[in-house]
Amino acid sequence: MALCEGIIEIVEEEARRRSFSKVKTVCLEIGALSHVAPEAMKFSFAAVAARTIADGAVLEIVEQPGLAWCMACSTSVAIARRYEPCPCCGSYQLQVTAGEEMRVKELEID
Amino acid sequence: MDCAADPAGLTVSGISRERVIRVGRDILGKNDRIAADNRARFLADDMLVFNLVSSPGAGKTSLLVRAVSELKQSWRLGVIEGDQQTSNDAERIRATGVPAIQINTGKGCHLDAAMVSEAYRRLPSLKRGILFIENVGNLVCPAAFDLGEACKIVVLSTTEGEDKPLKYPEMFAASSLMLINKIDLARLVDFDLSQTVEYARRVNPRIEVLTISARTGEGFAALYAWIGKQAADQIHPVVGAAP
Repeated sequence: MALCEGIIEIVEEEARRRSFSKVKTVCLEIGALSHVAPEAMKFSFAAVAARTIADGAVLEIVEQPGLAWCMACSTSVAIARRYEPCPCCGSYQLQVTAGEEMRVKELEID
Repeated sequence: MDCAADPAGLTVSGISRERVIRVGRDILGKNDRIAADNRARFLADDMLVFNLVSSPGAGKTSLLVRAVSELKQSWRLGVIEGDQQTSNDAERIRATGVPAIQINTGKGCHLDAAMVSEAYRRLPSLKRGILFIENVGNLVCPAAFDLGEACKIVVLSTTEGEDKPLKYPEMFAASSLMLINKIDLARLVDFDLSQTVEYARRVNPRIEVLTISARTGEGFAALYAWIGKQAADQIHPVVGAAP
């Protein structure tokens, strides 16, 4: 919910800065290892966006894959969840390098 | 450049059409900026700041009551308490003689950096000390909100089960220290310490672990030694400081 309020705040600031008054689509980049469940976010976005500039806007979510550096293999590997082991060697000595982003990527406006 | 590329390279002024504008801004950007301001403020005041997180009932307040009672002889201390309702926790801290500010988040499930900034302003001026922030009991949202702390300490109690780190991996990944509380009950609830530590290190290979009992005081000496080490690493040394 607080994240959705953050999105609306960003949209309203952009609207003031770039002088538009209607948003059709809000496109987010959400990492697979971030704090966001896309379905839950879509649900609460509709509620938070009501009676704002983004009222009725479609929320599009582009998921970014999770990547980690495996200290055992010294290589970058793809992981879907934070507690998964390295797919190559089974080690849990992983350092997450991508997939934590929560970003407003672009807006489609009228 | 605000407009998406027009395939024909034409624009007609006065006629509105759909446009795609690039934004590329972090959803938590505003919180992160305020958290950075808090961090700079804490550094300027030589304050070491810990953000305590756990599920409700893990014993954060009880362990803080014991810790501040025992640390107040050697450190200037302050506490910020976060709860949805009541000022019970701040009152428990104040009963020890240590200043505490209660934040009520209402329906909010976490503290944010702006709340902490305001609460810190209301605390009596603290320099060269330790500030404990007790977050709202919740292992999900507080992981995402930086408050400007030096590090997060996650409290897990033996009655909650070994697999909490796998169920709520973000919080354990974001924390530097895991305090396993209610260790005096471990035997009664068949708590498997090594399994818990193994799970926590799957999500965060570098997390440090200490076992404590806020009820009996077991393990607190090691906790104070850990805090002392953080202080030595992060607070400017008083003696022998360069001019």
